[in-house]
Amino acid sequence: MIDFSVIVENIPAFWKGLQVTLLLLVIACASGFVLSVPLAVARVSPNPWLARPVFLFTYVLRGTPLLVQMFMVYHGLAQFEAVRESIFWVALKSPWFCAWLVFTLNTTAYTTEIFAGALRATPSGELEAARSLGLTDGAMYRRILLPSALRRALPQYGNEVVMMMHATAIASTVTLVEITRVARDVYYNHLSAVESFGVAAVIYFVLTFSLVGLFKLAEKRFLRHLRPDTAGAL
Amino acid sequence: MTEAPSAAILSARDIVKRFGSVEVLKGISLEAKAGDVISMIGASGSGKSTFLRCLNLLEKPSGGQILLAGEELMLAPNRDGDLDAADPAQLRRLRSRVAMVFQQFNLWAHMTALENVIEAPMQVLGLSRADAVARAESYLERVGVAHRKDAYPAFLSGGEQQRVAIARALAMEPSLMLFDEPTSALDPELVGEVLRVMRSLADEGRTMIVVTHEMSFARDVSNRVVFLHAGRIEEEGRPAEVFVQPKSERLAGFLANTRR
Repeated sequence: MIDFSVIVENIPAFWKGLQVTLLLLVIACASGFVLSVPLAVARVSPNPWLARPVFLFTYVLRGTPLLVQMFMVYHGLAQFEAVRESIFWVALKSPWFCAWLVFTLNTTAYTTEIFAGALRATPSGELEAARSLGLTDGAMYRRILLPSALRRALPQYGNEVVMMMHATAIASTVTLVEITRVARDVYYNHLSAVESFGVAAVIYFVLTFSLVGLFKLAEKRFLRHLRPDTAGAL
Repeated sequence: MTEAPSAAILSARDIVKRFGSVEVLKGISLEAKAGDVISMIGASGSGKSTFLRCLNLLEKPSGGQILLAGEELMLAPNRDGDLDAADPAQLRRLRSRVAMVFQQFNLWAHMTALENVIEAPMQVLGLSRADAVARAESYLERVGVAHRKDAYPAFLSGGEQQRVAIARALAMEPSLMLFDEPTSALDPELVGEVLRVMRSLADEGRTMIVVTHEMSFARDVSNRVVFLHAGRIEEEGRPAEVFVQPKSERLAGFLANTRR
């Protein structure tokens, strides 16, 4: 049977783990969003000197597992004397910094592709209308392209945030005590999977549905310009 | 008209447009004076929409010259061998004085009707929000969709969308309005409301160039009709002449086919 005393005893630990998980998620998604918007604009640029490097970046990062990226940065870089002696070592020896860096780069790659796809899907007529009225390129991006594309990307972006939330479990491999790491510790102490990983699964489940709910609310707000029948198809 | 030729609101001279090896415009010249309502008619593929889109450089012409109120639009060849604006700022300035109404309305889907109309006056003309809203409301009223100002385009009928698009063009207080088949995407029962608005704009003395398949509009509203065939002006004149006594056989054939 489930030993509830084990669960109750570890509530504070899980609570701390939850905070670490959420903090990792927020800092990764916030920096990822800030980086993705300009990168997506560069990605769809007709200028190959802008578009190609961004494509290469997203191609490499989406082509390798997040766990491998994490090990490369946290363990791999430490192998090099030059890295250990550089000023970057102050940051790179910190698991928090490495987790932030790897998660940010990873989610930036996926988010950039999501936003780039949404930018490409902008009806060309809307851009012609903006041009025909004399809007500058800057105003066109600021007022038409980005607001329209970011709205269109919202359902997919919500998915990416949920995936990122699940991916924060990888931070447990670099000593950060987030939900998964707490669960593993509880498991090793009590050797009972339900009271450890079961609890972690429930927490992730609740987090997922809270995020999905939040994004549904956001869609209601930001996609209200779509007809109900077309919005339902998203 | 007593104005000198340079006072023409628009003169397009010898506009040529090639797509690859296909020459779709073979040198078209057109002059619009204040108050002119010019209908451009012709079979699909005759180049009338392409010509209209060359006037504000949505389509880059391969050759020719465009003057707006006597000011020449500076053009320079681009990599594709077409002409592009030499000075983007001048192009934007001239475009802000030539408003276009599109076949597919091209409203900004994420903005309400009102937001669509205030956008360019605020961003391009530098109006304050309050002034832009006042102006937008009067033009939405003018085209009869003021009651729908807070609706998003997807919730408007085609006729309402096109009237909002006309209000958006009017809000720039342009010296010339270009209409690119404004009723072709509308259900038949919605064509009338848009044509009525366009007719009233013509009555106000606005200068308009209209690419259209609506022969009754061309005949009754415009003061000049231009018939394009295969990238050339085949015939032009006052509607009374062009419709009643077409000189060219092609125009006669075209009119016979469009008559119901």
